[in-house]
Amino acid sequence: MLKIGPYQFSSRLLLGTGKYPNFDVQKKAVDVSETEILTFSVRRMNIFEASQPNFLEKLDVEKYTLLPNTAGAKTAEEAVRTAKLAKASGLCDMIKVEVIGCQKTLLPDPVETLKASEELIKEGFIVLPYTSDDVLLARRLEELGCHAIMPGASPIGSGQGIINPLNLSFIIEQSNVPVIVDAGIGSPSDAAIAMELGADGVLLNTAVSGAKDPVKMAEAMKLSIQAGRLGYEAGRIPKKRYATASSPVEGLSIG
Amino acid sequence: MELVINGDKVEVPSTVETVTNLLQNFEVDQKVVIVELNGTILEKKSHQESRLSDGDRIELVHFVGGG
Repeated sequence: MLKIGPYQFSSRLLLGTGKYPNFDVQKKAVDVSETEILTFSVRRMNIFEASQPNFLEKLDVEKYTLLPNTAGAKTAEEAVRTAKLAKASGLCDMIKVEVIGCQKTLLPDPVETLKASEELIKEGFIVLPYTSDDVLLARRLEELGCHAIMPGASPIGSGQGIINPLNLSFIIEQSNVPVIVDAGIGSPSDAAIAMELGADGVLLNTAVSGAKDPVKMAEAMKLSIQAGRLGYEAGRIPKKRYATASSPVEGLSIG
Repeated sequence: MELVINGDKVEVPSTVETVTNLLQNFEVDQKVVIVELNGTILEKKSHQESRLSDGDRIELVHFVGGG
């Protein structure tokens, strides 16, 4: 079970809701993924086109725990406001703190992320900050009282996979709250590696929504996360420099 | 009455007296919509009692796909 604050989940896949080809494909992908946590963003409503369907209307929202993000915020103040707007919907009290400090790399601003997380914890939110893979920053976020730590595997939407497994494993080892690898996952094997490293979950979006067949990829991610977790729990063998025969060397009937 | 909604000046009929009326006017009262009135985020339960005045600045936000 994945436990985040007061919540418990059977699935270790957190799925984003951005950039699917259409709402039907999105719904099918969400269903097949068996995710229990959906992320999304807060934006101004176009009141002159209010009849346009919203993605939430296509999903059975009651079935999911909603994890709005503060994407678009460049400062702690903007992130806190976005979080409060999301909570005022009455639908959620979890927040993915996302304060972007660089528009080219979309890497998070560590100082503003820390400030926003501190304020939102005081306000009673269940706080999951998206952070870089900095080990000490992860520790500071945990000390503030964050309910999970979400280090990026590589830049958002880049699909580069896990570029610093060492730092991720340091973060996983030291953390007493769940570590969810967020951003940069490109393929099922990336997700499996994150789980084999001991991550408690994986948050991804583009890897599914941007796949040629998002529904099939959603299933692949579900299975790879399950496989990676099982592998982690089973405990992999140590790596050795030279071969060790799997078949017995005694009793050969040749030579 | 003229309001500033999401940064744009919008003329609304005189029947719009409260936030609830405003949401009904734009046919979004049945949708997930969050209202900020002059910088104060409103809880859903206070929409009915929140009265509007000429020149009020209103943000109407909702949830969209994102990761």
